[in-house]
Amino acid sequence: MNSGTPILEVPVATGAHDQHMVLNMGPQHPSMHGVLRLVVEIDGEIVVRLYPEIGYLHTGIEKTCEAKFYQQVVPLTDRIDYLSPMANNLCYCLAVERLLGLEIPARAEWLRVLLSELTRLNSHLIWLGTHAMDIGALTVFLYTFREREEILRIFEGLAGQRMMTSYFRVGGLSMEPPLDFFDRVWGFIRVFPEKIDEYANLLTGNPIFRNRLQGVGILSASEAVALGVTGPNLRGSGVDFDLRRDMPYSGYEQFKFKVPVAVEGDCWARYLIRLQEMRESVGIIQQALEGMPDGAIKADAPKIVLPDREKMKTQMEALIHHFKIVTEGFAVPAGEVYQGIESPRGQMGYYVVSDGTAKPYRVHFRNPSFATLQALETMCKGRMLADVVAVVGSIDIVLGEIDR
Amino acid sequence: MSETLIGKAAVLQARAEHAAVKALLAWRPEALTDAKFDRGELTLTIAAEEIRAAAATVQAAGYNFFEDVTAVDWFPSTPRFQLSYHILSHHLKERIRLRVMVGGEAPAVESITSLWPAANFYEREVFDLFGIRFEGHPNLRRIMMPDDWQGHPLRKDYPVEGYR
Repeated sequence: MNSGTPILEVPVATGAHDQHMVLNMGPQHPSMHGVLRLVVEIDGEIVVRLYPEIGYLHTGIEKTCEAKFYQQVVPLTDRIDYLSPMANNLCYCLAVERLLGLEIPARAEWLRVLLSELTRLNSHLIWLGTHAMDIGALTVFLYTFREREEILRIFEGLAGQRMMTSYFRVGGLSMEPPLDFFDRVWGFIRVFPEKIDEYANLLTGNPIFRNRLQGVGILSASEAVALGVTGPNLRGSGVDFDLRRDMPYSGYEQFKFKVPVAVEGDCWARYLIRLQEMRESVGIIQQALEGMPDGAIKADAPKIVLPDREKMKTQMEALIHHFKIVTEGFAVPAGEVYQGIESPRGQMGYYVVSDGTAKPYRVHFRNPSFATLQALETMCKGRMLADVVAVVGSIDIVLGEIDR
Repeated sequence: MSETLIGKAAVLQARAEHAAVKALLAWRPEALTDAKFDRGELTLTIAAEEIRAAAATVQAAGYNFFEDVTAVDWFPSTPRFQLSYHILSHHLKERIRLRVMVGGEAPAVESITSLWPAANFYEREVFDLFGIRFEGHPNLRRIMMPDDWQGHPLRKDYPVEGYR
């Protein structure tokens, strides 16, 4: 809870504290998951204070959005959290669709749910691999990236891009998925539960891994709520809240899934929860594949949604709409909307303010990692310096979405 | 979709039983200057000097989770800045927005970090990018931009390309 003066401006300690040392971790440190700089005051090996310095990746995306048309913001949202682009796309599109009052066809909603859950698997796989690597279990990284590669290939077939997919559009999706898409997703989720068992075999029973995580980085439920922690980190502290179940969006109310909760609040609890979440995501993907409705993947709104290529080449009206949308954008009725979704890292919220023109007046991203970082000091205080690495790994932060 | 209610009277009539509205009315009805229910979201406008006390009131009424605070610059109209606090209730499964309007000359409001420590980074971000001060904040420094940066980039009179 960064109270008091920043450590850097504190003069060299005297008296009882003259044994303390101030240590810089990062911004170029392999365990910092990007360019995070932690200023740590230590007494021997014990962390006394910890102060995160952020902003190294700040690119002013919110300012850039104000100069773009509504549809041009979608590719920017990919770059906020580059490990879960579809979650960002979804959150932005839902917010603008609510401003417009646009109804989305069921098939588009279900595909969005399917892709959001694939994104969650993608993100959790990177988390698991890098987290285990931070602790010293290097093998798991290679295993998780093997499965992640398959997800990225599915994304590539779908959107033509592996990471920055930009596949979602205001009003639906950019195009119908390719013919082999559903077979590939089926093939993936058939084998994936076994792979989760494989990771669990490598880690859950591993005494080194267990000792590094159990009882480390404890965050109580009341601290987690006060510090704005969300997602798996919040549920690891015993608060049973998941936006997918409690405030459903994009048709999540039609899916059956469990929300794993643990009460310990340590790194081990967070590890177990994310592992369990992967299993639940596989269940959601399976339900989406089985019940996938037929129909359009774009809303019937010719002035907002780009026409099909075919129509654009053959029909005068479609050509005009295409030209108008691309050159002038589409006007969005004045108002403000805050759309929250459950991203792989926690509650993501996009706040979009419109003044009635074709460009957003203000876009604000509430990203889960930003708030979670504030809880780092509480989790690390009084622990060994080496535990900081375990805790930073276990809260699953991405610096892209912290600095924006 | 859902109905739209504009104005304090309309919202008070239709949403008299709403937990946050009820708590604010019981506390100090004159601090609630305006209200709006639009696109399924309830917005309650609070007098700028009362925001901390109003936040404490809704916190006591069950809105336990602070999600977000950000600003909107309505330059050149007055009052210039709008602050939007998004507060969620885990128990009621519902979100409200507290809205505060602040003038453009030396803008400042009271900090809510004493109620929710989570507001710390968010208020620093608003201070950094909009130049709105939060009185009582424990560490009000720039967070995104370098410490010696001039100006506040998200203000509307700050060019997108920056000053060259």
